[in-house]
Amino acid sequence: MLWIAIRMLTGDKQKFYGLLFGIAFSTLLITQQLTIFVNLLERGASGTYNVSSADVWVMDPVSRTTDVAYALPSTALDQVRGVPGVDWAVPHLRAQASVRTKDGDLEGVAIIGVDDATLIGLPKNMIDGSTEVLSQPDSVIIDDVGATRMFPGQSPIGERLELNDQRAVVRGVADAIPSFTSTVVLYTKYSQALRYVPGTRNRLSFVLVGAADGIDAKTLSERIEKQTGLKAQTRDEFARDGVQFIIENTGIPLNFGITVLLGFIVGVAIVGLTFSLFIRDNIKQFGALKAIGVTNGKIAQMVAVQAGMVGMIGYGLGVLGTVGFLTAFANDPTFKGFYIPWQIPLISFAAMVLIIVLTGWIALRGVMNTEPAAVFR
Amino acid sequence: MSATEATTGSQPAIRTRGVTRDFKAGQQTIRVLHGIDLDVCPGELTYLVGESGSGKTTMISIMCGILWPTDGDVEVFGTDIYSLSDTDLVNFRLQNIGFIFQQYNLIPSIDAASNAAVPLIAQGMDRLEARDRAVAMLDKLNIADQADKLPNQLSGGQQQRVAIARALVHEPRLVVCDEPTAALDAKSGRRVMDLLREVGVAEDRSVIIVTHDNRIFDLADRILVLEDGRITHDGTDMPEDH
Repeated sequence: MLWIAIRMLTGDKQKFYGLLFGIAFSTLLITQQLTIFVNLLERGASGTYNVSSADVWVMDPVSRTTDVAYALPSTALDQVRGVPGVDWAVPHLRAQASVRTKDGDLEGVAIIGVDDATLIGLPKNMIDGSTEVLSQPDSVIIDDVGATRMFPGQSPIGERLELNDQRAVVRGVADAIPSFTSTVVLYTKYSQALRYVPGTRNRLSFVLVGAADGIDAKTLSERIEKQTGLKAQTRDEFARDGVQFIIENTGIPLNFGITVLLGFIVGVAIVGLTFSLFIRDNIKQFGALKAIGVTNGKIAQMVAVQAGMVGMIGYGLGVLGTVGFLTAFANDPTFKGFYIPWQIPLISFAAMVLIIVLTGWIALRGVMNTEPAAVFR
Repeated sequence: MSATEATTGSQPAIRTRGVTRDFKAGQQTIRVLHGIDLDVCPGELTYLVGESGSGKTTMISIMCGILWPTDGDVEVFGTDIYSLSDTDLVNFRLQNIGFIFQQYNLIPSIDAASNAAVPLIAQGMDRLEARDRAVAMLDKLNIADQADKLPNQLSGGQQQRVAIARALVHEPRLVVCDEPTAALDAKSGRRVMDLLREVGVAEDRSVIIVTHDNRIFDLADRILVLEDGRITHDGTDMPEDH
């Protein structure tokens, strides 16, 4: 009977494809939007993830994220270095600046000043050039997304910039996770960054700390806080705060939540309507089967198989669509590094099952309520 | 007694006693059948004839176990079918009754042989084996060459023959037909009824047909006329005034 159920479904091509489209579209919308949402949120932690060697971030107690930080006095560096368990501690500067390109355009950029001696603070990998180029005068390294944005279709190496009215020369391209706002990021030595950033009394944004062998980051951060009065967070804690900041201070969760909800509603509407039409068109056949002697349980199995088949194929197409979307836009800076966390296909699968169960149940009610005697009317 | 343990022998195929059926219409209760007593014998081709609204569809629905009577008893081959559990009654129908509908009610997306094989598949028989038996039945009805065609590729007469094959393929002891010629032209209707009589009627099987098609009255072994929920005529021919 299940074979008959499948043939009944696939035989009505218009409705079969309509059902597949409904599920696939809904799955695509839910999966793709959740994927973009999660990846965008994770960009709130990009500043932290880009500095993989720091175990602990030390900052002013009011600082919240890598981009929302209140400057520390330069003495903070020595204070932190004096805490037992600190293997190394380096200064880290993050500031906003304006760049005038050679075409005369003005671009807001983020300047990151990394430790002069160790270059801790730079992203791990370079796409073009080496980290050593920062030893040359006026050198800056640009992040790859910034390079694409400021120098589309050309190499940025050797390009001269007017950075806060001072000369800067791009000598390398870093492979970095873009920030939430995809701002162009220029890396330079800490001492050089101090020259680029307009003078204020305190300009040290963070102290990056490496833990000595045998001490875990959490213990060390607590010790630093206790001893210095500064705020210290492990890398993971600080990354999580970056994500949390976006959740709390932007409309992104609401907007994406609405889109995901719409995807679900569209799925229910399209699949529900099409499935109900399919059942209604076949109600005489189902009635005949009931009269002949097919039990309600068997009929329910038939409808469940039809719904399940549509659900699985549609879901597969939807997820494939999302993978295709990410593959197609893999080189687009907006979607750089985007991936599908394993939880998202599970969530969209659950949504698909909910759609199928809901619409299948509504459709099944129509069949169950059909009296066998109706076939003689 | 379970649904499949109905016994055969000299007993009637169908025995109804005091069958009544009421329908609710708003606040009103309308009695459609008024205490029908009826015996239908095996080997007979019985027609149930009457005007629209006379109660013949209700009567045939009750006789084949798909509509509960308000009152009265219905025995099919000795089984009091409405004393069976729901599951046993469904199984009884599957094993013992074949159905032919006015609009055929074939499944449009499976071929003629698979349509004819539905009762066997529902009984749990392997699909290919069931299909082979269905093709053999289609052969008896002279449309084995159409076995691979979908219903919409067949004429009305051919579709009704597929429906007849579906009703007979599992060798039921009771076959009920609702206006089997209503959607067919005179020639096709006659041919379908000739085949149904030839293949369907057997010594241990009873065929009951609801019809008002006077072109096929001559094929009946027995004609029952139903008027306003009562049997007003029981004979081998139609009464003069009809």
